[in-house]
Amino acid sequence: MSNRHIGAKLFLLALVCYFLVPVWWLLVASTKNAEGLFSGSGALWFNGFHLVDNLRDLFTFNNGEYLRWLGNSVLYALTGGIGSTVISVLAGYGFAKYRFRGRNLTFALVLGAVMVPLTALVIPTFVMMSNAGLTDTVWAVILPSLLSPFGVYLMRVYTSASVPDELLDAARIDGAGELRTFLRVALPLMRPAVITVLLLSVVATWNNYFLPLTMLSDSKLYPLTVGIGLWSQLASSNNGGGQSLWSLIITGSLVSIVPLVFAFLTLQKYWQGGLAVGSLK
Amino acid sequence: MAVIRSTPPAALRDSTGVPRATAPPRRRSPARRGAVGWLFILPFLVVFAVFLVAPLLYAGYLSLYTKGLATGTTFAGIDNYTRAFTDPSFLKGLWLVLRFSLVVIPLQMIVALVAALVLDEVTGRLARFSRLMIFLPYAVPAVLGALMWGFLYSPSFGPLEQISSLFNVQAPFLLSQGNIFYGLLNVVTWQWSGYYMVIIYAALKSIDSSIYEAARIDGASSRQIALRIKVPMVSSAFVLILVFSLIGTLQFFAEPQILGPIANGSVTPDYTPNIYAFNLAFAYAQFNYASAISFALGFVVFLAVAIFMVATRKRGSIFT
Repeated sequence: MSNRHIGAKLFLLALVCYFLVPVWWLLVASTKNAEGLFSGSGALWFNGFHLVDNLRDLFTFNNGEYLRWLGNSVLYALTGGIGSTVISVLAGYGFAKYRFRGRNLTFALVLGAVMVPLTALVIPTFVMMSNAGLTDTVWAVILPSLLSPFGVYLMRVYTSASVPDELLDAARIDGAGELRTFLRVALPLMRPAVITVLLLSVVATWNNYFLPLTMLSDSKLYPLTVGIGLWSQLASSNNGGGQSLWSLIITGSLVSIVPLVFAFLTLQKYWQGGLAVGSLK
Repeated sequence: MAVIRSTPPAALRDSTGVPRATAPPRRRSPARRGAVGWLFILPFLVVFAVFLVAPLLYAGYLSLYTKGLATGTTFAGIDNYTRAFTDPSFLKGLWLVLRFSLVVIPLQMIVALVAALVLDEVTGRLARFSRLMIFLPYAVPAVLGALMWGFLYSPSFGPLEQISSLFNVQAPFLLSQGNIFYGLLNVVTWQWSGYYMVIIYAALKSIDSSIYEAARIDGASSRQIALRIKVPMVSSAFVLILVFSLIGTLQFFAEPQILGPIANGSVTPDYTPNIYAFNLAFAYAQFNYASAISFALGFVVFLAVAIFMVATRKRGSIFT
């Protein structure tokens, strides 16, 4: 039995190595100082331990620019992520559990929207925001992030499959209003999908680059993605002089992937079930 | 905005694949309750109207005008579109993302499918660990994924050079003009295969395993079970993945934009349609023409997905 699986296990190990190499390199590189980084020996193994120095440099560089970007990323990801999740949960429940005129047409529109490439909307949205005087404010990043047609789709499919109509009717017969029925009866049953949609939309906002790059020109409002992109542009434009900036970029990249990796590891029980829904119909 | 009318959403099926029974006649008139349904979807509709419908219409409107320094804003009809579809920069970018999709989508699918099939066979601590590690890149922002690989490709601090010198061969410089296509291919495959693997894996886990027992009694080998039973049964997951990766790669932006400065000159300002539109808008302030490019790209993506959906309809898609 175990012999039969030896090949499969070696294959898995090879896959894990491939997927981990960049992260491993990042981890190793963030413990090196600029000298060790460019010494040209053993890029994949440790050479001195300067992680603490690097972290101190990272958080104090340019008046703590990095910390500000980190705070902005958290702000955008939480408001955009939670906002779009609330909207998707309400809409998904509405589509799944109420029958009203125009429902199918409206839902067809939502599905059509899943197919619209959202970056195609960024430039006209920028012009609209600019006319409204909202570019270069946090709203320019947060408000467009509230749109998540896929979240609505996922919530509808999950709700149809896992919240029985009979249960809702029973709650209504017991005298519960529509809102109370939703909050007390349906919502607890929708929890795995809610957590999945929340994670997906937090990740989407945290990782977004095109939207904030377009909307923001004040570097005080940048999220991490745009900020680190700016650093890397600076570092490659002045070769040599950019050496110390490279080790900031490396340490900064490591710090900025930690929160999401942690969230995925601790919440895996939920999203592994929730992600399945979209493919299961 | 357009809707795919050929695939209206019908009754949804639950996870066992059994069609849900149509609703029994209600005791109470659902008319008032229907209005409550609208209230639940109202917040979404507002966001939808403001940040999807309005920008689309506005882009359409902008794209019909031109703005000249001397002439001001004038109506141009479809001039911007004829210009776009004869613009070598736009066409070159479009061709690049199409070629990229044709290579990267099958590549991701194969990696994801093989990994999912192996993980479905093997159990234990290694399998659980591998599943998480393969998924891990999904949690890494595209910007940072591109940066990390950029570092690994770099001759000054990447290991690629060092490893190849061990074997006395010249490392391929993946950031050069001729090779950056492959460099980007690797970044995208690394980033997304794990996410697709999780979707396929979840679909595999939902198959009733008594089917495998029956097949085994009939003398089917593991390989036959994988190819003849498992793969066909998770085909609806493929459709979902294909649609996602098609939409994603056609609007390629962050990875080449980030690798650009590191890879001196390999990423031109018109490398992909999105990069081109971004530069037209923000480097040349040509918002009208940039809107036309965005709109044209959106249309191409929509068309590609729609063609794909119609072509695969029989196999059961996410939009049935």
